[in-house]
Amino acid sequence: MRLGRVAVEGREISAERGGRQLFDNLHFAVGPGELLEMIGPNGVGKSSLLRLIAGLVPLTFGKLIFTRNGKRLGDDDPPATSLLHWLSHQDGLKTVMSVSETIAFYGRLFGPSQREDAVLDQVGLSAKAALPVQYLSAGQRRRLAFARLLISERPLWLLDEPFAAVDAQGRALVQGLIASHRAGGGTVIAATHDALAGDARRLSLGSVL
Amino acid sequence: MRGFVAVLLRDLQLAVRAGGGAMLSLIFFASVVLLVPLGVGADHKLLAKAAPGLLWVAAALAVLLSLDRLFQADFEDGSLEQMTLGTAPLELIVLAKVLAGWLTTGLPLTVASPFFALQLHLEGEAALMLTLTLLIGTPGLSLVGAIAAALTLSVRRGGLLLSLLVLPLYVPFVIFGAGAVAAKVAGLSAVFALYMLGGLSALALVLALFAGAAALRLNLG
Repeated sequence: MRLGRVAVEGREISAERGGRQLFDNLHFAVGPGELLEMIGPNGVGKSSLLRLIAGLVPLTFGKLIFTRNGKRLGDDDPPATSLLHWLSHQDGLKTVMSVSETIAFYGRLFGPSQREDAVLDQVGLSAKAALPVQYLSAGQRRRLAFARLLISERPLWLLDEPFAAVDAQGRALVQGLIASHRAGGGTVIAATHDALAGDARRLSLGSVL
Repeated sequence: MRGFVAVLLRDLQLAVRAGGGAMLSLIFFASVVLLVPLGVGADHKLLAKAAPGLLWVAAALAVLLSLDRLFQADFEDGSLEQMTLGTAPLELIVLAKVLAGWLTTGLPLTVASPFFALQLHLEGEAALMLTLTLLIGTPGLSLVGAIAAALTLSVRRGGLLLSLLVLPLYVPFVIFGAGAVAAKVAGLSAVFALYMLGGLSALALVLALFAGAAALRLNLG
């Protein structure tokens, strides 16, 4: 991992949305090469927790501790937001841009990037490179969103429902991508309904209340 | 800097493609200029007298028309979230988006303005002064508008609120922009109005980057 190996720890995290308590006094920890699965019914705050970790929502209660190569992130280090990728329901794709234009844009946005054709090959979209995004199916759009995680290497992946809209083949692909990211020392936190991998850490939301 | 250029080029690309609305402001501006003589009548003196104010009001409204789409689409489809995770600070992203917006609204309008000035019998130095004031003032209009667009982001169909927020802020731009042209028409010095206009745009630049980025963060949270 070019940007190092990242671990995340959450201590006593609480969050509310629209005046309603989502979770209270939550603890979790995940290290390099590990996968943390957040499970729980809809509306318990899985996405909110991911958005907190991604820095999109300011943390009001509790502590989030990022460590890189065993050392806590300090002022001289790159911000945590430059060490992570965030995959949400909103796929961030423009219908009038082609597949290769989309991935080239995200490569430039996220910094040093891999070769576009290699990345599109990895997600099985190389045959569609010149096609505008509007002609992709929902599953293909999801694959393109995943290509965004690969175009620029970042150690921490935050995935909200990574299996949404993908077929059986896509599922295997996503599982493969997560496994190889972990094998390379990457860290994954995913909100999901079904198990991603047998050796995952589990964080159960909703039942704690 | 790579992130800045990436967003700038992408927004320009999107603006000129289907549904991008790159020429929307220019066509709005042109419509006003072409319709006014039909409505008011072909009284050359009257038109020339009203032209500076009319053209500046049309320019301000043309820019206002484009603000709705500045951040909205990117906010709704998740692109804006991804941009906060890029290597460039959000302030630079705001600048890139506003610049791309200005290049496709304010700039075409400025370039075409001498022609439109002629339509309203504003000629010679006064027409050139109009172009100069638009060149100095329209970036300010885009920047001020960006703050309001960022603030009203999470309000669904926030166009009304956006207009209400922006219009009072456009008042000084219109006063000094049209004032400079009117001064030129009357044979007076336009220097004071030009300095004021430049000062307003410079102030808008500083404010828009930080206020715009802060408002975006607020709405994403």
